Amino acid sequence: MPSDSKPDFAVSVRDLSITYRTTIERVPTFRTAIVKLGRGERTVREVEALREVSFDVAHGTILGIVGANGAGKSTLMRSVAGILPPSTGRIEVHGRVSTLLSLGVGFNAQLSGRENVVLGGLAAGLSRAEIEERYEEIAKFAELGDFMDMPMRTYSSGMYSRLAFSVAVHMDPDILLVDEALSAGDARFRVKAQERMRDLLAQAGTLFLVTHALGSVKELCNDAIWLHKGRLVMRGTPDDVVAGYTKFLEVGEDAFTLEDV
Amino acid sequence: MTPRKTASAAAAEDEFLTSIHVYTPHRAGLPRFGPYVRELWARRGFAAELSRTTMRAAHTDTFFGRLWLVLNPLLLASVYYTLVTILSNSSRGMAYFAHLLAGLFAFYFVANAMQSGASSVVAGGRLVMNTAFPRLLLPLSAVRTAFFRFLPTLLVYGVVHLIAGLKLSPAHLMLIPALALIVVFSVGMAAFFATLNVYFRDTTSFLPYFTRIWLYVSPVLLTVPQIADAAARHDLSWLVYVNPLFPLLGTWSELITSAEVPSSAMWLAGVVWSFGTFALGSLFFMSREREFAVRL
Repeated sequence: MPSDSKPDFAVSVRDLSITYRTTIERVPTFRTAIVKLGRGERTVREVEALREVSFDVAHGTILGIVGANGAGKSTLMRSVAGILPPSTGRIEVHGRVSTLLSLGVGFNAQLSGRENVVLGGLAAGLSRAEIEERYEEIAKFAELGDFMDMPMRTYSSGMYSRLAFSVAVHMDPDILLVDEALSAGDARFRVKAQERMRDLLAQAGTLFLVTHALGSVKELCNDAIWLHKGRLVMRGTPDDVVAGYTKFLEVGEDAFTLEDV
Repeated sequence: MTPRKTASAAAAEDEFLTSIHVYTPHRAGLPRFGPYVRELWARRGFAAELSRTTMRAAHTDTFFGRLWLVLNPLLLASVYYTLVTILSNSSRGMAYFAHLLAGLFAFYFVANAMQSGASSVVAGGRLVMNTAFPRLLLPLSAVRTAFFRFLPTLLVYGVVHLIAGLKLSPAHLMLIPALALIVVFSVGMAAFFATLNVYFRDTTSFLPYFTRIWLYVSPVLLTVPQIADAAARHDLSWLVYVNPLFPLLGTWSELITSAEVPSSAMWLAGVVWSFGTFALGSLFFMSREREFAVRL
């Protein structure tokens, strides 16, 4: 993207806190609500997913985000994507965002891959013409062949993630948010995916990468942040952040895992 | 790609705009109204496509699929016709059958909008969790589906109307605003139950019982004068307006069967119920929609 008359950051996060209430049960119903009411049990809990997080990310950055489960990594990604608006604070995003979050593309397994791609694109704000334009490329990159017109319930998990990846990178994003998805498909596809990712970054795109594979943070990223329990612990070069995080894991392993199970 | 907009104040406030987004806390739990409605309009294609896809998946787009949509309420109307004839111990004739059919078709439009609207957000789970878009598109899409399932039944009604020897008149043009009120009402109901179903997933299981009772107290089996007279006998004429479907379906079926334009009281009650439900239902939905992404 040409970068004329624009601020020099792609994403600016200021004092971001996100609190939300969610149910304890996986499937909340009137029945459980009434039963729990009778027992005087609480059915919702408040989650403080992010607390006072601030950082700026320049265009062309590959930002690695590390942290334990429940650190708020996914919440951060969703808030930058606009899925979860802040409770307090402000997020400014300059550029078209495309997401490859943990659940991937395809919200209805009864529908075909093609239908899911079209619906996902329309929901994301693309016009029908823009989707048509990209569709062939998406299908070709995902290597699904005739499966594109089959219900997604017939897909293997590798096919699922290949399609998800293909959709995300073909939306011409300025900012791509990837949550744990580099493991998409087999080894050959992974190489292809990484190549495509590099192409994207060559166009001065920005990438947010949430991963537990610390190796790929060091290898791919040029900037990193470490979140712990909703707070920004460290911001720095991937090597420094990974070193800090690794040390933390070693030192506080026992207390740490017990708390976060 | 679309040309970049300069960071003008207006553009910067738009939540869903594709190039510059500013996300700030929702004031009083509600997203900003202007951008929300603009994005809703801009992405109406999604609601339409979702509805088309849903209908295709249910084979509603085929001839036999449509035939079933017509056959189902037609059989139901026959059952109720027989029931009412037995209970009242008198034959009611084709005019009553036409009334029954008009009422049932319209009632089932509202009921279907509510039922599929209720499951719309939960069914869109992954999309809601992974994509930012005005969630109101989901219940709107469900109402569109219900509407397109309702349309072919009008033809069947038309045939029965003619067989029953009922007349056609310019007054029938008033059916358009009458139907519009029913649609607006259905959107409000769909949005309300969609929200409720996120919090209580058994809403969709309770809903059929609720709609069944609602059917019996609405002017579908009974006619508007029957209900109004019964209420008047007990000095409770106002009571009929407690049921939103009394003015809404009453206006519809009186108009369609007798071609008489209902009283202004009926219209007024219909307008108040329809827009009131629409406003409350969609505001309730919008005030909760931030949570949908973490509740699914």
